Amino acid sequence: MTEQKPVLRLEGIVKTFPGVRALDGVDFDVRPGEVHALMGENGAGKSTLMKVLAGMHQPNEGRILIDDKPVVMTNPIAAKENGVILIHQELSLAEEMTVAENVFLGELPRKRFGLVDWKTLDDRVGTILKQLNCDFGPRTRIGSLSIAKKQMCEIARALTHSAKVVVFDEPTASLTDSEKVVLFDIIKDLQKDGVGIIYISHRMEETFKITDRISVLRDGAYRGTLNTAETTEDEVTHLMIGRTLDTSNGTNVSNRGEVKLSVRNLSCGNLFHDISFDVHAGEIVGFYGLVGAGRTEIAETLFGLRRHSHGQIMLDGKEVTINSPVEAIANGISLVPESRKEQGLVLGMNCRDNMTLPQISDLTQGPFVSGGAEVDIYKDYQKRLEIKAPSWRSIVGNLSGGNQQKIVIGKWLSMKPKVLIVDEPTRGIDVGSKSEIHNLLRELAGQGYAIIVISSEMPEVLRVSDRIVAMYSGRIMRTFSAAEVTEDSLIHAISGLGGTDAAA
Amino acid sequence: MTDTPQKTSSGGLNKAHVAQFMARQGILVAFILFIIVFTMANPRFLAVDNILGVIRSSTIIGVMALGVTFVVISGNLDLSVGSMMSFSTIVVLDLHDKLGPLLAIPAMFGMTMCLGAFIGFLVGYLRLNSLIVTLGMLSAIHGLTLTYSGGKNMDIADKEGTWFDVFGQGVVFGLPVPILIFGLLALVLGLLLARTPFGRQVYAVGGNGTAATFSGIRRARVVFLCYLMSSFCVAFAGMLQASRSMGSQNTVGQGLELEVLAAVILGGASLMGGSGAIYKTVIGVLILGFIQNGLLLVGLEFYVQFVVTWVIIILAVWLDVAAKRGKLWSPIA
Repeated sequence: MTEQKPVLRLEGIVKTFPGVRALDGVDFDVRPGEVHALMGENGAGKSTLMKVLAGMHQPNEGRILIDDKPVVMTNPIAAKENGVILIHQELSLAEEMTVAENVFLGELPRKRFGLVDWKTLDDRVGTILKQLNCDFGPRTRIGSLSIAKKQMCEIARALTHSAKVVVFDEPTASLTDSEKVVLFDIIKDLQKDGVGIIYISHRMEETFKITDRISVLRDGAYRGTLNTAETTEDEVTHLMIGRTLDTSNGTNVSNRGEVKLSVRNLSCGNLFHDISFDVHAGEIVGFYGLVGAGRTEIAETLFGLRRHSHGQIMLDGKEVTINSPVEAIANGISLVPESRKEQGLVLGMNCRDNMTLPQISDLTQGPFVSGGAEVDIYKDYQKRLEIKAPSWRSIVGNLSGGNQQKIVIGKWLSMKPKVLIVDEPTRGIDVGSKSEIHNLLRELAGQGYAIIVISSEMPEVLRVSDRIVAMYSGRIMRTFSAAEVTEDSLIHAISGLGGTDAAA
Repeated sequence: MTDTPQKTSSGGLNKAHVAQFMARQGILVAFILFIIVFTMANPRFLAVDNILGVIRSSTIIGVMALGVTFVVISGNLDLSVGSMMSFSTIVVLDLHDKLGPLLAIPAMFGMTMCLGAFIGFLVGYLRLNSLIVTLGMLSAIHGLTLTYSGGKNMDIADKEGTWFDVFGQGVVFGLPVPILIFGLLALVLGLLLARTPFGRQVYAVGGNGTAATFSGIRRARVVFLCYLMSSFCVAFAGMLQASRSMGSQNTVGQGLELEVLAAVILGGASLMGGSGAIYKTVIGVLILGFIQNGLLLVGLEFYVQFVVTWVIIILAVWLDVAAKRGKLWSPIA
């Protein structure tokens, strides 16, 4: 806790948009060599603050100081020149170009006549990639890399500048556990070099693992800074949402009924093999495993988006053939997909139209859609799921992530499914809404729905499931009951280490 | 229920509404100014017979624009309508003398809609890029028309002895028949798009095709039907054209695809898909028609309209984009 002079200080930042006071006098600072977490629910103002810092928004009041000197960030280039580098949540790489070209995009080294100096470029990028322990070269095409590796390229891009402050915005959202370890090592290296790091994440666990201090925003206002070593998750959560959350574990009272869905020996190419499981009415079966373990692919097969090569799917004891989402829906299977924005919602449409989309053909009066019936369905589920939207006419793209996700869940619940599959129910959603959605899923199970939850977050799987299916590389390794599961045994099973008892 | 974020967002919505409203009105305001200026330059501009004349001459473009609106909202393009209209005009004129009008019209509709179905199959089911497919079809159908007609122009031999001229030249209750047909088609297709499940699915497919698939919408079929709809409208346009002139060159629709697209864009449909409406397209058609007519009335050569039309479209698109981002320029290049 040496009281160093901050490398970056934001003082009394106010930013208003028409009708909204997005930032209301926010103070924030970063010391060299520290990792400072910025936390808050969606819409709390984190992104706006970072956009002010990066010169994408101009603050109405307040100032930015770097090394105690006031600076004006007129645009992202000015921010870069002042040593502030943003690593975006949404990657901004040119897919068809090479790693090297992307890393130096806009500032490629030149030779005479303005030609690109490929040799220098390869050398410099090669050095940086080695520094980052990357297993790909500067000439690799970006499009051929995984999301995690693309993120490495973004980081490499940051390292080409003499960065004083690096902002990581939800960097682990799409990383596997082993990739996270690499990222955290890189952050440590940056720390050693005296770079100040701003770390934005919804994930408590990793925030507590790698940060030195945590600052919290709520409703655009600064709520305080805590030393990570001296605080608890509850205290941070309390600051973020202004109340305490019920996140108790193990309250899953199973009142399971008859078998709704049976899957027997299901296989699909090299994606998954010999998958068998049952889902009963009134229970949640959690599917846990690493990215690429085949969980989403099973969901997509059950929903008719993929064809399986072997095996049977039985609903209520009868074998069914499902070759398209239309057939899946007709058989009573609903899927809340992994990616809400790409697969779940038509963002430009209003709340009501999104919610009734799968059943629109049935909501007719004569040849026309019955607007009244639609509004009834929307209002019903808006109440039940506590969706906060100004009206059914509100464009879905303007809602927060949590409310968007509730629209998708409402859309599928209103179909009265026999089996509800929820893939990554809370990805990119703030803690408050997360816990609401967890409670909601439990409630639905209580009402007798048969539910499959697929998740990459262990606390989530542990919290909602009655049984947990552990997958590794396209196979089911083990099925746990909520009573017997432990974190260690679960991690063991999804790492493909075989056996169940070998201590971790 | 009423907490802070709700308050702020509804406040933001109001502003956004105002901005959107202004953008839409912006085009209308410019249009009204335009009418005032041109009326002062030539009072005949607002005479009833001139207005009816403008609408009447806009009907062929207008009818095709109705169909293309479906295609554009579904997130695709249709550049083949001009050359497809040449085809249907030539076919109906030719068959008129061979089969009589009663059989010629349905036969022509069938043949034209086969072309639409073919395009719909390529774009919908084979998922080929619509720009490439319809640009190719523009040329292919042109060739087909020339082959069919043997390169010659078509004429109805006995122009007095047929009732076929009623569609293009008739008048009912003081209103020209083509205007009635355009109005009726706009009404029916407007209801189809705005009020039926199919219409909703068209918006969903154009707004987010993947999400539409995940919602159990048969995306390929929706796209297919949009092209079928487009060719159905083209067949109507061909019938109007043939009936108006009772004879035609085999290149009569050449270049019209751009005017049709212009009208749809002027109406505010996004080329990205997912937005637009039949009534907006009708407004776009009328704006385009009046501007072109006004330019003629003030004594400019007709070819000036090609330049002016596109200046106006770029202005319209710019206004639309500017309203969405709240600024005239993008702050970040």
